[in-house]
Amino acid sequence: MNNLIVSPAPHVHTSNTVTKTMLNVIIALLPALVVAVIYFGMGALIVTGISVVSCVLFEYLINKFLLKKACTIGDLSAVVTGLLLAFNLPANLPWWIIVIGALVAIGIGKMTFGGLGNNPFNPALVGRVFLLISFPVQMTTWPVPQGFATKYIDAVTAATPLSAFNEGATEMPSYLDLLLGHVGGSFGEVSALALIIGGIYLLARKVITWHIPVSIILTVAVFSCILWLCDNTYMDPLTHLLAGGLMLGAIFMATDYATSPMTHMGQIIYGVLIGIIVVVIRTWGAYPEGMSFAILIMNAVTPLLNHYCRPRRFGENPKK
Amino acid sequence: MRTFRIGGLHPHDNKEFSAHKAITDVALPTQAVVPLAQHIGAPTKPVVAKGDKVLVGQVIAEAGGFMSANVHAPVSGTVAKVDSIVDSYGLPMPAIIIDVEGDEWLPEIDRTDNIISTIKAEPKEIIGKIQAAGIVGLGGACFPTHVKLSPPPGNKAECLIINAVECEPFLTCDHQLMLEHGEEIIIGIDIICKALGIDKAYIGIEGNKPDAIAKFEELVKKAVNHVEVVPLKLRYPQGGEKQLIDAVIRRQVPSGALPIATGAVVQNVATVYAVYQAVQKNRPLVDRVMTVTGPSVSNPGNYRVRFGTSLNDVIAAAGGVPEDTGKIICGGPMMGRAMANTNMPAHKRTSGILLLPESMSTRREPENCMRCGKCVDVCPMGLEPYLLSKMGDMRMWDEMEQHNVMDCIECGCCLYTCPSNRPLLDYIRMGKATVGGILRARAAAAKAAAEAAKAEEKK
Repeated sequence: MNNLIVSPAPHVHTSNTVTKTMLNVIIALLPALVVAVIYFGMGALIVTGISVVSCVLFEYLINKFLLKKACTIGDLSAVVTGLLLAFNLPANLPWWIIVIGALVAIGIGKMTFGGLGNNPFNPALVGRVFLLISFPVQMTTWPVPQGFATKYIDAVTAATPLSAFNEGATEMPSYLDLLLGHVGGSFGEVSALALIIGGIYLLARKVITWHIPVSIILTVAVFSCILWLCDNTYMDPLTHLLAGGLMLGAIFMATDYATSPMTHMGQIIYGVLIGIIVVVIRTWGAYPEGMSFAILIMNAVTPLLNHYCRPRRFGENPKK
Repeated sequence: MRTFRIGGLHPHDNKEFSAHKAITDVALPTQAVVPLAQHIGAPTKPVVAKGDKVLVGQVIAEAGGFMSANVHAPVSGTVAKVDSIVDSYGLPMPAIIIDVEGDEWLPEIDRTDNIISTIKAEPKEIIGKIQAAGIVGLGGACFPTHVKLSPPPGNKAECLIINAVECEPFLTCDHQLMLEHGEEIIIGIDIICKALGIDKAYIGIEGNKPDAIAKFEELVKKAVNHVEVVPLKLRYPQGGEKQLIDAVIRRQVPSGALPIATGAVVQNVATVYAVYQAVQKNRPLVDRVMTVTGPSVSNPGNYRVRFGTSLNDVIAAAGGVPEDTGKIICGGPMMGRAMANTNMPAHKRTSGILLLPESMSTRREPENCMRCGKCVDVCPMGLEPYLLSKMGDMRMWDEMEQHNVMDCIECGCCLYTCPSNRPLLDYIRMGKATVGGILRARAAAAKAAAEAAKAEEKK
């Protein structure tokens, strides 16, 4: 008989791993990527490729040469960061800006704090907001969806539905266009339908729970509906829900494990506050879109929510 | 179907290896090593010496107090010595070693299969018989049964809950016992109800044992008292006392209180069978049914084993240790203990022996906690394992106490579910041990201070 292994209980373990979790997120993002390629052509693929490759490369280099720690790119979390960063960019962004964004996302957003799980802010959003503030012109020059094209840089550009509305436009794209993604914008956020399909996949695979996305979506719907009913020059609730980065943010960015609260109670409060902040920024703020800022602001509140929203202990306020 | 309200998960139950295998007797050993401490509480005092002849069922070590349980000779023969052996975890284990000669039982023990359904004994007498028979909770905790049947002053039992959940993966001994000895178990329930002076009992059975549920739904009609079968949704750790009470009668034991605070007394189904044997047949606890199983075990099944039989003999009865074995566990895979060898005797606490192949024996490397919150979701006590383990790592004992670390029941759900393979429960156990020590020291200091103040007053 071999020497026996002695270790503390439990002796069995779930087959779930970090890598499988990240792989599920990648699979869930694929429908949105397919839609992006259909509407924006090769540009979307090139931006995604540059972003993913540079995120993985930066994580590898930082681990190897700066932190001198074991290589962690195998957990695929850098791929997810790269995908999410790319999804928040216009499809004609110059390559060097993408590389800078990836460096900020992985270097400052993630590895500075000790890698996966230790970052207080969503790394992809850190990278995205850094780029938005540093390169406002390039970051808000949105190509028009022209169908599959091989051109990368020289696309025809136009405003996004949200920025057009912000500037007083009266003609808005139809709800169907918003749902399918036949509008201008960051290429990963345009199709609400593709993102919802990905969200349903994540729910089915139990990667995320309904608490964060549903509380964000419901809050935005209710809050914007109240505003719209009071004064119908405000944007209508359905456009609020379908346009901009709301679905991408609610399903994929706000649900990021490390930066969202641990308990369901905390998650619901977090989601409701994101919903309120995003409608406030869109309605009265200087920027047409506020999803990135809303999530980053609430990321900062997450530790506080974790502190106050403890799970209900067994035997606490027992219902008789 | 009902279940408990906080946390829990459903690990693959792996019961197919040994389910529905008839209970078979393991041959008597040539020498029995009978441990003196087979229960929670004070150790027993040996009342036999080297050279004494003993019969099966004879008391060989007496309870060392109320919170203790007699030990009976599980075999007949001559006492070889009273000694201390090293158990399979490397700890000393005082034991009486008996050279086996034949199989002669005390004459007053009824060893026939006749079912005696009239309960003649009065409540006091029942508890006395249970105490004399050395019966302890056979679900794993080994808490002396007579203590549980004597609620402390101020508490009153309202109902009896029979734990027939067997939520540990792999184990099937309780299931098989229910299928083979249902009538006796029903009488056992009536006996315990009589002892407690109550007339309401529930049998909690998980839905993966439909034959047992169907059988007991028929059998409960014969019971004197009002006995109800409660089918429960598959969910680990439903066999935990607190979780079972919550699942069956929707009451939660407050933190730090005894389960009797909810009015429920919980007894394992194997314990109930032992109670029947003790009260109706004068048969003390000298053996138990245990599951010997594992994915590569050649003859997995449910075996009736006399205490004192070496685990080596028990495993041999199930076809021996498979080639690929990497780990041997006493108990189930969620809460059982891994053993360094199998030279230990079987005793009241051995509910199963699980032989895992090497591929299932090692943990994977831990990765960063990605704060997914799955451990919080599954914790059946509503704790935050990710936070407690971090506090344990940082030696933050006061904070661990504030975060209710002492409520942890060590079910293992957090470690099971962690996608990053973090050793969450290891840190929490360490915290429980340290915080427990701090609490005891604090209580002792408070007691000493109170006594000093009293002495001062007297002066």
